[in-house]
Amino acid sequence: MKPASFSYHVPTSVDEAVALLAELGPQDGRILAGGQSLVPTMAFRMARPTHLIDINGIAELARLTAGGGIVTVGACVRHAAFDSGTLPGATGALLRKVVQNIAHYPIRTRGTFCGSVANADPASEWCCVMAALDGVAVLRSQRGTRRVPAAEFYQGVMATALDEDELLVAAELPMLADDTRTGFVEFSRRKGDFAIAMALVAYRLEGGVIVEPRVAIGGAEPHARRIAEAEDVLSGQAPGAAAFVAAAEAASAAVDPMEDINNTAAYRRGLVRTLTQRALESAE
Amino acid sequence: MTERREITLTINGTAHKVTVEPRRTLADVIRDDCGQTGTHIGCEHGVCGACTVLVDNEPVRSCLMFAVQAEGRSIRTVEGLQQGEQLHPMQEAFMRHHALQCGFCTPGFLMLAVGALEKRPDLNDEELVDILSSNLCRCTGYENIIKAVRAAAADMKARA
Amino acid sequence: MTVKPTSWIGASVERLEDKPLVTGRGRFAGDVSFPHQLHMRMVRSSYAHGRLKAIDVTEARAVPGVVAVWTADDIADLPPIDFREGPNEKLAPFRQSVLAKDVVRYAGEPVAAVFATDPYVAEDAAELVTMDVDELDAVIDASLPASEFAAGLTTEPTICRQGYGDIAAAFKGAAAIVEMDLSVGRHSGVPLETRGAIGRYDAARDVLELHGAAKVPHKNRESLARMFGRSTAGVHLYEGHVGGGFGVRGEIYPEDVLVLVAAMRLGRPVKWLEDRREHMIAANHSRQQRHCIRAAVDAEGRLIGIDDDFFHDQGAYIRTHGTRVADTACGILPGPYRLPHYRVNAHFRLTNKTPAATYRSPGRYETNFVRERLMDAIARKLGLSRIEVRRRNLISPDEMPYERPLVALGDEVVLDSGDYEGLLNKALERCQWDRLEREVAERRKAGEYVGLGLAMYVEKSGLGPTDGARVNVHTNGEVEVITGGASVGQGFETVIAQVCAETLGVDYKRVRVIHGRTDRIEYGIGAHATRATVMTANATAVAAGKVRVKALDMAAQLLQTDAGQLTIVNGSVMRTDGAGASIDLGDLAHHLRPVSPTRGERDPGLAAEGWFTTAHMTYPYGVQIALVRIDPSTGGVDIEKMLIAFDVGRSINPMLVRGQLVGGFVQGLGGALFEEFQYDERGQPLSVTFADYLMPTAHEVPEVDILVTEDAPSSCNPLGIKGAGEGGVAAVGAVIASAVDDALGGKGLITQIPITPQAVKAMIDGQRK
Repeated sequence: MKPASFSYHVPTSVDEAVALLAELGPQDGRILAGGQSLVPTMAFRMARPTHLIDINGIAELARLTAGGGIVTVGACVRHAAFDSGTLPGATGALLRKVVQNIAHYPIRTRGTFCGSVANADPASEWCCVMAALDGVAVLRSQRGTRRVPAAEFYQGVMATALDEDELLVAAELPMLADDTRTGFVEFSRRKGDFAIAMALVAYRLEGGVIVEPRVAIGGAEPHARRIAEAEDVLSGQAPGAAAFVAAAEAASAAVDPMEDINNTAAYRRGLVRTLTQRALESAE
Repeated sequence: MTERREITLTINGTAHKVTVEPRRTLADVIRDDCGQTGTHIGCEHGVCGACTVLVDNEPVRSCLMFAVQAEGRSIRTVEGLQQGEQLHPMQEAFMRHHALQCGFCTPGFLMLAVGALEKRPDLNDEELVDILSSNLCRCTGYENIIKAVRAAAADMKARA
Repeated sequence: MTVKPTSWIGASVERLEDKPLVTGRGRFAGDVSFPHQLHMRMVRSSYAHGRLKAIDVTEARAVPGVVAVWTADDIADLPPIDFREGPNEKLAPFRQSVLAKDVVRYAGEPVAAVFATDPYVAEDAAELVTMDVDELDAVIDASLPASEFAAGLTTEPTICRQGYGDIAAAFKGAAAIVEMDLSVGRHSGVPLETRGAIGRYDAARDVLELHGAAKVPHKNRESLARMFGRSTAGVHLYEGHVGGGFGVRGEIYPEDVLVLVAAMRLGRPVKWLEDRREHMIAANHSRQQRHCIRAAVDAEGRLIGIDDDFFHDQGAYIRTHGTRVADTACGILPGPYRLPHYRVNAHFRLTNKTPAATYRSPGRYETNFVRERLMDAIARKLGLSRIEVRRRNLISPDEMPYERPLVALGDEVVLDSGDYEGLLNKALERCQWDRLEREVAERRKAGEYVGLGLAMYVEKSGLGPTDGARVNVHTNGEVEVITGGASVGQGFETVIAQVCAETLGVDYKRVRVIHGRTDRIEYGIGAHATRATVMTANATAVAAGKVRVKALDMAAQLLQTDAGQLTIVNGSVMRTDGAGASIDLGDLAHHLRPVSPTRGERDPGLAAEGWFTTAHMTYPYGVQIALVRIDPSTGGVDIEKMLIAFDVGRSINPMLVRGQLVGGFVQGLGGALFEEFQYDERGQPLSVTFADYLMPTAHEVPEVDILVTEDAPSSCNPLGIKGAGEGGVAAVGAVIASAVDDALGGKGLITQIPITPQAVKAMIDGQRK
């Protein structure tokens, strides 16, 4: 399980990185950020990039900022950055909740938010966050900058809108209003494993009823997405068992779950119902 | 395509000048090129944690980092835990509490626990178990590892 | 004042093994290197079953740094890997060749070996080896009718049959018959250190060396010497640190043979380290069986007979153990119960999967699950409590030793001692079973899915017949115990040192224990079947006892005292009343040097050899109790309480016994809820990473209450020891199944392990409909 040979490049600026990517991307050059997904696949030789462009030395990509109603997550911001209490408001609280579910501590110190977003594993928690919050992927290449909303960015199992010469320089998350309640629940055989399914919910109350509901499901389908059917059920309802059960039922009915050797579609569908309900019940 | 680079790795304060292919993992280079075989390799895909070392005082899987990425960083391995003849409180606690059987996963657990507790000496039990669930042990059933780390946390605070 | 030697047996002392291991100074297989060594990389079949028409190694050979690439043709003179216990004509055609020839029978089977100057280069080159294979249908289910293995041979090499009594009459006279179809999944030891082997041929001494040995170095030396046509004097095995054994590591595999042959033929040391993916498809699997079992009982729930047909999924070839796991399963299945009539047929079946062999508590983990499921079913059928049905069937202490006309591990089954009901009572009291039952009933009423499980079992340990040890006191007072035992991380050195220290009267830290070295002692049993502590410790006690006698005799002369008035305390011989002079053991060793004038007629050296022989294995026994809660929405199982009560006869180091039991429990939990080697219909392995093969982490492990008793010391050995190595794991599948089943209403729904959340959820949904 030794990786195949590659050439190693260490750009010190984004311009340099995208210039390298323009040249090497078409020759199966890949970006190396945290490496916590890429390096294992290289060890199995399922990925064998000929060039690795290591962006860890680019200072500006390590920035995590909140301002103007947007959280901007630079390409080299580690999972662990969300562990601490630096991000304000409901968005900060949500991300702190979510990050506890991502792999394990030493993985979180290396792995990056954007790496996870770009890798687009169906069970990625950050992809679920991107979907739920209508995050935007900021893609840079020598051709310019594209800003792709999550709903368009994700195209299938580990498939995204990212072109081979593009670098995901940042992910932008529109900030939730301070009084937004959020909940996140996932299920896996062991804690830290890729989840079989997950649910992320967010909503506000106005005059005692739910407004701006968001329900996103990850892990169950090829990529995470918001479930409009469940959100519609919640909208305008008082929070409580009746609304939550109905929304969970709607989410469960709306998904088209993947199957694998251990998980039937029916099982995943059931989990979606349970997890949606629990996410709603635990939202605070 | 066998590009090689000359790099200097600082392991437990000692500089090791080595010439390596970029594809060589930090774990392999620590062991084979620098001769520090206390860091073990259990899975080479970042799950078991036997190869955990501290890079700039953060616990990382050294099988998921290339050695060329560690140039200029401070690397700490199990060989660097003791001060002269004085064992680190974590090492003593592992012995006292029978927290190892075959000992293969032990260096990874020691570095994981030391790295975590140096950063956050006041980890509660739940957080501790969460952190220790990062690594696999096939012998002990974890009970004594958890006990040892708990005891060492108190010792580390007392000695700090 | 009477002087009192320190008592080491029964003391929870720190381990001698630990210091190098916590300081990074261990010497595992990967840490062994020799100058000028080559690195070997295996090329493995990616097909589960196929005709191997051609292998092309041209490109691989051309890679700079590659020294050789071998296929079966290059080692045509090597026989297949033989059985540990010697030739067996009937099973011989099903042995694995070192490299596949003509047919590949599992994904992962070695077909070529690359030798290169660097492991990365070896892996690059191995990728360039191409195979032309005509894929054949893969056999995945061992319980389907047997098919063709090779011309004239079926995939059922043998049926292991055991039994006694009149099974037909038993069923004819039964008040009730209970029938079950029960399956155990495929899992294995999966030690944290993968396998490794370093071959070296020392032409100067004409000695072939295998480093990275484990488990049974002496047995393996014999097998390898036979294979190469060499004298055992010219083959030596060296065990360093071993990163977990669990039955899997230390058998002879194709890679061990190859590094040795290559070391001889290529004239350079050859190192092979298994990678994790390889380990999951190349190292022995275990456990997978399907039992179609029936029990005949009388109206009071007493067993009259058990009739079992089971299918043992051996995988693609028969490896070093032969049919041992299936045989043991047959011999041990009745467990702690009286069983007047018994018939078992083990259909020993080959499939297109990684070959199987032993994994900690082989044959017992499986049959404990099967038998205890059956006992629960009998209780249900007759409306008895699960406790009562067991009480009515337990063998009582006054029936001991209890002979059964059965064989396990080639040994006639004679349960040596035990108070099974006594331990059951202690376990029930310890966990407050009655209170737990009431609580469970109340919680169920409130809608919770909670359940209690119980399993009883008999383990086996101390497989004989004979083991020896040498004890040698050096002139500085340090004691060396040279054994043919092996250390797989279980604390072997510490336990042997404690026994030696107790017998001799020294501090255990002054004892150095040698193991796993064929160049230090001619004979050795290694470490398997929970025998090291029983056999080697008793041999050590004999040898140390002889040294003690010799030391006292020498000291008596020097101190001018009668030997009967002397004792040894902390390495010094002194009068038992503490009066007068004393003399250190090191000084006595000095007086016993060959050239010493004080030695007199005594043989030189303060040393002795001791042997211990036993007629039968010894049988520890246990009770496991679990309380579980099911999340009915996800099917997830949470273990709220766990008790293991186990009688070890006599505990040498209680801390280590507890460590064995807890560690074993967690492995057992893996098999009960998480771990499984899965395959698709083409025989492709699906569990090749640690993200697919789920071993418990610190998160999944409940607190375990351990009750170790010493009520029934073994009658088979003077120290009274029974082994503890497999007692933790043995009944975990059984007890978790029992508890989950109870939580689901006690209807006998749980018929296979591992129990997955999906399966549990489906059962709950099924009941709701």
